[in-house]
Amino acid sequence: MARIDLRNLRHSYRANPQQESDWAIKRLDLSWAEGSANALLGPSGCGKTTLLNIVSGLLRPTEGTVFFGERDVTALSAAERNIAQVFQFPVVYDTMSVYDNLAFPLRNRGMSERDVDARVREIASLLDLDATLGDRAAGLTADGKQKISLGRGLVRSDVNVIMFDEPLTVIDPHLKWRLRSKLKELHRRLGTTMIYVTHDQTEALTFADQVVVINDGVVVQAGSPVDLFERPQHTFVGHFIGSPGMNLLPATVENGIVRFAGHVIATAAPQAAVPSGARLEIGVRPEFVSFADTGVPVEIVKVSDTGRNRIVETRHGQSTIRLLLDEDEVLPTESVCLRFDPSYTQLYADGWRVGTEPT
Amino acid sequence: MTQDGSGLELRGIELLVDGKTHIHPVDVAFAPRGFNILLGPTLAGKTTLMRLMAGLLKPTSGQIWFHAQDVTGVSVRKRQVAMVYQQFINYGHLSVFDNIASPLRVAGVARAQIKERVGKIAELLGLSPMLDRRPSELSGGQQQRVALARALVKDTALILLDEPLANLDYKLREALRDELPRLFADRDCTVVYATTEPAEALLLAGHTATLHEGRITQFGETGTVYRQPVDLTTARAFSDPPMNSAPISKLGAEFKFPGLASWPVPRRLLGMPDGPYLLGLRPHHVKPLADRSVGSVAVEGRVSIAEISGSESVVHFDLQGSTWVSLTHGVLRYEVGATATFALDVTHALYFAPDGRCVSNDPA
Repeated sequence: MARIDLRNLRHSYRANPQQESDWAIKRLDLSWAEGSANALLGPSGCGKTTLLNIVSGLLRPTEGTVFFGERDVTALSAAERNIAQVFQFPVVYDTMSVYDNLAFPLRNRGMSERDVDARVREIASLLDLDATLGDRAAGLTADGKQKISLGRGLVRSDVNVIMFDEPLTVIDPHLKWRLRSKLKELHRRLGTTMIYVTHDQTEALTFADQVVVINDGVVVQAGSPVDLFERPQHTFVGHFIGSPGMNLLPATVENGIVRFAGHVIATAAPQAAVPSGARLEIGVRPEFVSFADTGVPVEIVKVSDTGRNRIVETRHGQSTIRLLLDEDEVLPTESVCLRFDPSYTQLYADGWRVGTEPT
Repeated sequence: MTQDGSGLELRGIELLVDGKTHIHPVDVAFAPRGFNILLGPTLAGKTTLMRLMAGLLKPTSGQIWFHAQDVTGVSVRKRQVAMVYQQFINYGHLSVFDNIASPLRVAGVARAQIKERVGKIAELLGLSPMLDRRPSELSGGQQQRVALARALVKDTALILLDEPLANLDYKLREALRDELPRLFADRDCTVVYATTEPAEALLLAGHTATLHEGRITQFGETGTVYRQPVDLTTARAFSDPPMNSAPISKLGAEFKFPGLASWPVPRRLLGMPDGPYLLGLRPHHVKPLADRSVGSVAVEGRVSIAEISGSESVVHFDLQGSTWVSLTHGVLRYEVGATATFALDVTHALYFAPDGRCVSNDPA
């Protein structure tokens, strides 16, 4: 087990990267603490798989260094890095029993059969595979095989890190939520450093204590699930995390006063100077918008019932502002205004949150 | 087109395959306009029912009426029907334009008119900038829009959408769920839409038919079916995460949850006979204790699963040997294995008789 550091990392799949868009990873520094549960979250094509392959040693970065603890492992192969990986699709030996599949990585390392047996049974019980240990892997469903893959990834206790690449893709929806939560519990029990790559926010936020959100080759935020929800560092995070996503409204700042369409808006941003010429936006999640007697006047455009609450779509000029209403709350019929909770109303300059405190 | 106001009707439709019932006899008159949602888990019979509607399958008995005409024996080619599947099906060797234009070409529409109509529908679906490209050069969401555009380009009286958003990522689903009802708002056609997701049914609104093992359990306005299910099966089909339920009993003016709590019977239910009932409580009516409001009942349980979905937190806990689910808005971190207190908001409870019939609905 080790702490993992990525320093000044950049990667391009081109031989001679010229412009910014040639870089799949555009300069990146990251640290994962020893024994932590982490996720890499982003849409397809954001660079998360590239990053995963750099950590596992399948890909050598164009620039930068990968450290496992104090050791520079940038030049080491995947085999030399002593890691375990679980892929999107099951990797199992069909001719072997479930037991032998789980035992394989341990026997490979020359572990005594007695220790192998103890560890295989421990992992099998954590994954509810006890009853099927004697079965042939060939006869199992895709779900069952993927559980074995997970088990093989988890079975060795001497690895530096366990990496999961979209591991629940083939799992049936009914089983998915069980496994999502199970993986969290497994991390707590085993204490190994784990990195979980996914495009699914529920999988990422449920599993990880620290979630790294990547978009377009750049880390837009590394933080806890609460941070991502309450203080998105970038408008992409505000949009991508949560449904419906954050409202984004064009803003102006004059003498430290933030306005939307002429209306003064109190925000959580410090009265610091905003970069001149930057594109300014106010960001507020629908959860933190409410109807009020004064504020931004709006027209109600659409009300959608989600069962547990209602999404109210309102409009002010060209801007759409959504808010959430509890199922028992009454929808105003007279002229309506909106209030934004200042503690959760952010100001963004060129997409980045103004007043980002150092982490 | 819908001169007489009648849309699609299933009259005693039944389907047996090798003597096994796939669709139980059903009578439904779908709404002629707006969305008719078929809601149910995988294998509940949604696709089978759609294939019957399209004329791709022949019912064992019963009739299908469309626009006041019996179309049961009419082949799919002679029906005005378009279908969109979960897997985006496009012609890989044709451009996006030609993909969308194909049903018009088959129908022998004039070239100038094809250009106009493809242009219009492409504009509506945000596909105008990519008409010259091949489907394989597009993202999954764009490919599905191409398939949708092809289904919409012809004036079709019946459009069948079979889980069209299932393979898209959730942000795209969110956008298209919003867009789809707008697309059909001005069209005079019957839309049938199959989904496994209760949230999707609610957001698309219109009417919903809940399906369970080949049987339509209820059909009506979506909000009504959700809030006033006729029975336990319907309530369960229309709850995600799953609805909580527990045996309780009514004794005079009190409901008793054995060993846990009791609360007053709502006035409108006082006339019900005493005896055993089943309490049904949706996950968002089981809240962390901090949220305790008037009329709620506090219980303690051991947390077995804790999930965060971005803006909602879901917790499973053990209560007297059965698993309960709580859903709260916001990000809450629970430790698995810890004991936590929850408030059951029984003012929103559903009550079922031992035979599964829902007894708490207001007489409509």
